[in-house]
Amino acid sequence: MSKLFSAKTKEVFLGPLSKNNPIGVQVLGICSALAVTAKLEPAIVMGLSVTIIVAFSNVIISLLRNTIPNRIRIIVQLVVVAALVTVVSEFLKAFAYDVSVQLSVYIGLIITNCILMGRLEAFAMSNKPWESFVDGLGNGFGYAIVLIIVAFFRELLGSGSLYGIRVIPQAVYDAGYMNNGLMLMPPMALIIVACVIWVHRSKNKDLQEK
Amino acid sequence: MDTNKNSYTIIFATVMVVIVALMLAFVSGALKDKQTANVKLDKKKQILTSLSVEIDNQDADELFNKIITGGLVINSKAEVLSDSKEQAFEIDINKELSKPLEKRQLPVYIANIDGKTKYVVSLRGAGLWGPIWGYLSLNDDKNTVFGSYFSHASETPGLGAEISQKSFQAEFIGKKVMNNENKFVSIAVVKPGQTAEGMDYVDGISGGTITSKGVDAMLMNCIGQYETFLQQPATGGAKQ
Repeated sequence: MSKLFSAKTKEVFLGPLSKNNPIGVQVLGICSALAVTAKLEPAIVMGLSVTIIVAFSNVIISLLRNTIPNRIRIIVQLVVVAALVTVVSEFLKAFAYDVSVQLSVYIGLIITNCILMGRLEAFAMSNKPWESFVDGLGNGFGYAIVLIIVAFFRELLGSGSLYGIRVIPQAVYDAGYMNNGLMLMPPMALIIVACVIWVHRSKNKDLQEK
Repeated sequence: MDTNKNSYTIIFATVMVVIVALMLAFVSGALKDKQTANVKLDKKKQILTSLSVEIDNQDADELFNKIITGGLVINSKAEVLSDSKEQAFEIDINKELSKPLEKRQLPVYIANIDGKTKYVVSLRGAGLWGPIWGYLSLNDDKNTVFGSYFSHASETPGLGAEISQKSFQAEFIGKKVMNNENKFVSIAVVKPGQTAEGMDYVDGISGGTITSKGVDAMLMNCIGQYETFLQQPATGGAKQ
């Protein structure tokens, strides 16, 4: 086990959760963070799907890294990701149809997620499969955390519910409280992501630019 | 090995494409039957949902056979082309909509809920990002809505996607698609707070205006095809 979780591997896993967060620090994957965070449920599903796909495409690219011709490496990465996503989607359609209906658009969105290309290009192309796998998991979870934070506020303030369950009691509405429709609009996701980055940076002084 | 040589790059790309193509073709071919079965089962579930039938964990196939007692394939002049439930079920409404109105084959499902006859018609239209579809069930007066089901391929969660929520679908119950002169007027989907002249209306989705308009247009276009059929008095055509 000690070899599996060396200090470097641990750093590879924990880094993206905070200090090197794909959304907060690398500012990757923002596009999907806007699209799927109006509700908590799709945010969690998207976070998990991206985690799985990043981890496995990282492994595949890492295994192939010494054979991939440099000039077409981006294309190769894209093909690997697209093939993987398509296979997963086909399997879901055959064996978990309800899940695939729920995921519908997100499956396609995974391919376009910049975190995937970013990790494949920056990490998997120059690291061993196991580290790449851990890096994929770390980045996937780092992405999922931010998505869940954003979705939490948007669903709570925008729909008055969490995970589809009403949490703000009717009495509060009767007293004049209203759901904030703006929370459901994509611009609000940007603003919340910006707030997350703000809080994150003020807590981590070394992330601040001079 | 020099991985930067032109010949290597071309061979690598070719081999990769062939391998990936074979793999995807194999996966797709191997899972095709299961997927088609799933799509059919889901269609049955959708039709049942439009009849406000709770499926939960029951066998949707069995439930469908029990509740849907018959089916018709009609054209826009309400001539019955077939009265087989299976043929009605096989119709792809999307393909029919691309044909001229007179040539379209329209499915009608006849259901028996607690001894009462219900008619289910098929809907298909466009939302903001992609197709939307649904089923509308009518009471035996072929006018009052008994239940509805809407779904979508890729509307925005929290906005347009809300059309697949029960709360939106329940708004249609009891609305009428015909006016007092037995003319088809559809049901309008309006912005919350607004009303519609001369027809029944339901509240659209806040922030999902284009999807709401899509539902509005879909109801108008798709139920409109059935106008002649709906004007005919119910003949008790339901085969028990």
